[in-house]
Amino acid sequence: MTVLVFCEVQDNKLKKASREALSIGRKLAADAGGDLVAFATDRAVADDAGRYGAKKLYVANAGGYNTETYTAAMQAAIGQASASIVLLGGTSNGRDLAPRLAARLNVGVASDVDRLEWTGGKLHARRPVYSGKAFATVEISGKPAIATTRINAFPAEESGGGAAEIVEVSALLDSKTKVVETKVSEADELSIAEADIIVSGGRGLKEGANFSLIRDLAHAIGGAVGASRATVDAGWIDHQHQVGQTGRVVSPNLYIAAGISGAIQHLAGMSSSKHIVAINKDPEAPIFRIADFGVVGDLFTIVPALTEEVKKAKAH
Amino acid sequence: MNSVVCIAQVPDTETRIKIGGDGRHIDETGIKYIVSPYDEYALEEAIRLKEKQGGDVTVLGFGPDRVQQALRESLARGATKALHVKGESGDADSLGIAKVLAAAIKTVPHDLVFFGKQGVGTDNSLVGPMVAELLGYPQVNVVTHLEAADGKVTAHREIEGAEEIIDAQMPAVITAQKGMNEPRYASLKGIMAAKKITIETKSIADLGLADSDIINQRVTVVSLELPPEKSGGKKIDGADPVAAAKEIVRYIKEEAKAL
Repeated sequence: MTVLVFCEVQDNKLKKASREALSIGRKLAADAGGDLVAFATDRAVADDAGRYGAKKLYVANAGGYNTETYTAAMQAAIGQASASIVLLGGTSNGRDLAPRLAARLNVGVASDVDRLEWTGGKLHARRPVYSGKAFATVEISGKPAIATTRINAFPAEESGGGAAEIVEVSALLDSKTKVVETKVSEADELSIAEADIIVSGGRGLKEGANFSLIRDLAHAIGGAVGASRATVDAGWIDHQHQVGQTGRVVSPNLYIAAGISGAIQHLAGMSSSKHIVAINKDPEAPIFRIADFGVVGDLFTIVPALTEEVKKAKAH
Repeated sequence: MNSVVCIAQVPDTETRIKIGGDGRHIDETGIKYIVSPYDEYALEEAIRLKEKQGGDVTVLGFGPDRVQQALRESLARGATKALHVKGESGDADSLGIAKVLAAAIKTVPHDLVFFGKQGVGTDNSLVGPMVAELLGYPQVNVVTHLEAADGKVTAHREIEGAEEIIDAQMPAVITAQKGMNEPRYASLKGIMAAKKITIETKSIADLGLADSDIINQRVTVVSLELPPEKSGGKKIDGADPVAAAKEIVRYIKEEAKAL
């Protein structure tokens, strides 16, 4: 029984999503009495993949991400490794690739899973549905069974292994698409999808310019800037920041909501965060029902004070 | 320029989800169904292309009779044709649904196939790319801007902290992200015109498929549960901002261990 993990690299390091997928992949392989292997398009991943327990690294010379060439390369790697389980971190590329691969191989796939278990020779996965208003446990069949892992749901833990053995993958790399340009947007901002800490602002900010309060706090604490749907619809901030049912569903370690009352669609998108702090002037705001720590008060005085206190704490 | 827009019908985002008696499905009692929000961006984009370049916009839906309502609404907004594949989509997995849609798409002339980037319900984000694979088309997912001309589309794809500009040969599958456009509402004229359009219906068998192709248990729901109720934690008065800020920092340090 072999578990194969799709690995992505950023700034010459394994992406967090890939490290998390390798970590849960290693556990599944151990439970099923099998091996963990990895796939990448960069040989330099061998050390990092090995450190997370991969015995082999299947490498295809496929260059940058392209749906069709990566599908062909992964298909070849899955065949060579005879993989029974394939995991992909739930990044844009992982989510783009997994369904294409599942359709090609006519196998089951579950996306955005936050629990994975190997039970009775079957892969069971838990995943949020209705943006986290409910959780479905599904059984994924087929060889391989495929899943994309929800970012921040599985802790990344090194196993202390040595470099993975490199195995070359050969595949026909044809594509009907070409990336002509990559524009990095807001270069110094973290993406809410991958952040450990998110500081979100809502309608309580009163106007777009006041998002600077949220940005300052996010910057001080080292988090990403989130937003409620109302603020995005009002044009105060770009949609990439939207948390909730028509934005991103997120599970950071810490979620700070300021001036967000907590519409059901927003709560669904962030209630699985591990620690929730809410600041709102309305003591009856629904956000307080799910907040672990609530402050009833004026965000315009509390958020700047918090930014200062965070800076002090960081300086120590 | 002919487009097919695949429409998913989902519970209204305001819905409080309840679990059905079998513990595997939601309780559909009293649920109001809507066109999945991301599909509205897909539909709007297809209508705009039609307005500029001519051709048809066919809306396609798979599911029970209620799907006709979603198709009718889409016609009222400006789609020119509608195809309803009747069947119980509830127990089909994503690949099963994709097989139905791919077979149906083949019966309609098209240059582009549109989806929302995810159905705001089961939230799989799987069907669009699966249809692309089944039809042998390129795909561009999570698209915020699109131009189509001369057998080629240029699409802006949203990725973490960046945007890729991708050229794809047509026919292609595009999944729409919020921000792609501002979807229009149906006009009264549109609603009246939509009433005159016949929604074509087909069965799965008409498409040469059997239930076993669709419900073949590649992915089966074992159980469905509501998240544990949170009771709300500590709540303090923030009348003194600095004192409140110190309390929050203490919580972040001690509980979240994030400082």
